Amino acid sequence: MPDRRPRLRGILGQITTIAVTLLGLLLLTFIIGRMMPADPVRAMVGEDATRETYEQVFRQLGLDRPLWEQFLRYLGDVLSGDFGNSIRTGKPVIEDILHVMPATMELATFAILIGAGLGIPLGVTAAVNKDRWPDHLVRVFSLFGHSMPIFWTGMIALIVFYAALGWVGGSGRMSQFYIGMVPDRTGFLLIDSAIAGQWDVFRSAVNHLILPASLLGYSSSAYITRMTRSFMLDQLGQEYMTTARVKGLSRGQTIWRHAFGNIRVQLVTIVALAYGSLLEGAVLIETVFAWPGFGQYLTNNLIIGDMNAVMTCVLIVGVIFIGLNLLSDILYRLFDPRTK
Amino acid sequence: MQGPILDVKNLSIRYHGASADAVRKVSFTLGRERLGIVGESGSGKSTVGRALLRLLPGATITADTLRFEDADLLALSEREMLKVRGRRMSMILQDPKFSLNPIRRVGQQVAETCLRHFPVSRAEARVKTLEMLAAVKIRDPERVHDLYPHEISGGMGQRVMIAMMLLADPDLVIADEPTSALDVTVRLQVLNILDALVRDRGIGLIMISHDLNLVRNFCDRVLIMYAGRVVETLDARDMDAARHPYTRGLLAAQPRIGGSRAPLAVLDRRPEWQEEMAP
Repeated sequence: MPDRRPRLRGILGQITTIAVTLLGLLLLTFIIGRMMPADPVRAMVGEDATRETYEQVFRQLGLDRPLWEQFLRYLGDVLSGDFGNSIRTGKPVIEDILHVMPATMELATFAILIGAGLGIPLGVTAAVNKDRWPDHLVRVFSLFGHSMPIFWTGMIALIVFYAALGWVGGSGRMSQFYIGMVPDRTGFLLIDSAIAGQWDVFRSAVNHLILPASLLGYSSSAYITRMTRSFMLDQLGQEYMTTARVKGLSRGQTIWRHAFGNIRVQLVTIVALAYGSLLEGAVLIETVFAWPGFGQYLTNNLIIGDMNAVMTCVLIVGVIFIGLNLLSDILYRLFDPRTK
Repeated sequence: MQGPILDVKNLSIRYHGASADAVRKVSFTLGRERLGIVGESGSGKSTVGRALLRLLPGATITADTLRFEDADLLALSEREMLKVRGRRMSMILQDPKFSLNPIRRVGQQVAETCLRHFPVSRAEARVKTLEMLAAVKIRDPERVHDLYPHEISGGMGQRVMIAMMLLADPDLVIADEPTSALDVTVRLQVLNILDALVRDRGIGLIMISHDLNLVRNFCDRVLIMYAGRVVETLDARDMDAARHPYTRGLLAAQPRIGGSRAPLAVLDRRPEWQEEMAP
């Protein structure tokens, strides 16, 4: 019983931190909403509305009230799940976002699988062969991934693999021909087409997904590679690695069992953060590939000044990152005995 | 006592990119006895220890003879070395704070030696581990087995290290400054445990240290190393009869309780010691 209490306090502390962070986030989105140079009233009533209509809507939106009251009202709305309506579509913002999110999640999930699947082994290889040719090769490879502008690689890749070689599908989530052929159940095209048994659509979706996902995966693998390399170097220099060798373990065993075993939690954390930034939307790739995802949605609404949509997007990104940080905290607590 | 466990003739070690050998033409033999290697930092004593285990990445090892029992250590493949390390020859490292894996339970780490070298189940390895923990005088092996390295004291950590390295019953143990990270009060305790185990099991011990008093009390013979070479080899009990000026200098620099309060002698190092052969 006595050793339960600090743990409980830890969890309570965590919850408080999250609550405070969320409040700060809401305040931030609220400020963003008020400071945007767009006039929400004008956007709603149109350019040639009368002064009376304008004033009426102004009051309806509560814009005549003091700021703190407006903030409280915003808080209340958000807590009850009301994020406001989109000016452009007239539908609740959250509905629109739920519609674009699966496209981004599909892309991000494949990209992170590629990024981690590539980055982690490369990082380990580089660390183990520090300052020898595999290390240099990996560093150049990941430097490219890091520094090439993705809209440019995206276009080149489209020209080469789609236009010239015809190996993959072009822009969009599937060929024009298949649009509307599978009922929209989850929004995840791969899942929906598999449920419907439409394997042609499924293939088309994979074909369209593979190129943007690979590009995003490559660019996030650059980050994952560098982090893996430095985590591994940290461990490889530790004296317990010598102990393991003295016990008779081979170099491979010490590397994978001891050193890699000790960086797993750190790796999960950085992969999760990389996933988070992919979910936030890869605006450039989504634009180049005409991918109807979250990044495009956010950008479009920023440009036309759809306040509710932008505020909600920022909120969602914030919540995703708070969630990921929470996840990594929990992982450390569970798997690193030193934190107990 | 049959033939020597270890026969080293003209062992030289050079780190890659270095302009001089770190260890130069070191020769000694070791029976079932306790040999001390003493020298100041940088004298090459730890390098010798690691070279015997062939754990010196980035260094070239040459020797006329480097024989461990029936094996020529320089001719063994890495695969064959894996069967020597931990099983027939092992090493106790300096500081348990760093030499134990921080996120694994102590017992697991000890059991790893067993699982690596013997065809045993996890349950059998656990039994063997608990026995070994008891053998290094850990009072509650069951409890300690499940602790993590940061939860145990330095003295206990070093006893765990000894358990880990003696579990497979090796013929030779190299102890590389085994007590220099410990408090003076637990030093003797740990050394006595090591000493008793080494004697009981007839294990050859190489004790690497910079502590002359410690070595003369716990070893049969002592090699004095200076600048990569052995300057003198002595029986521990004849230490006071040392002839080499470097050894005499080291002895003179030892403080003594009740001795004179005058400043201790300062070592005077002469370049010609680097060249002359050990007697």
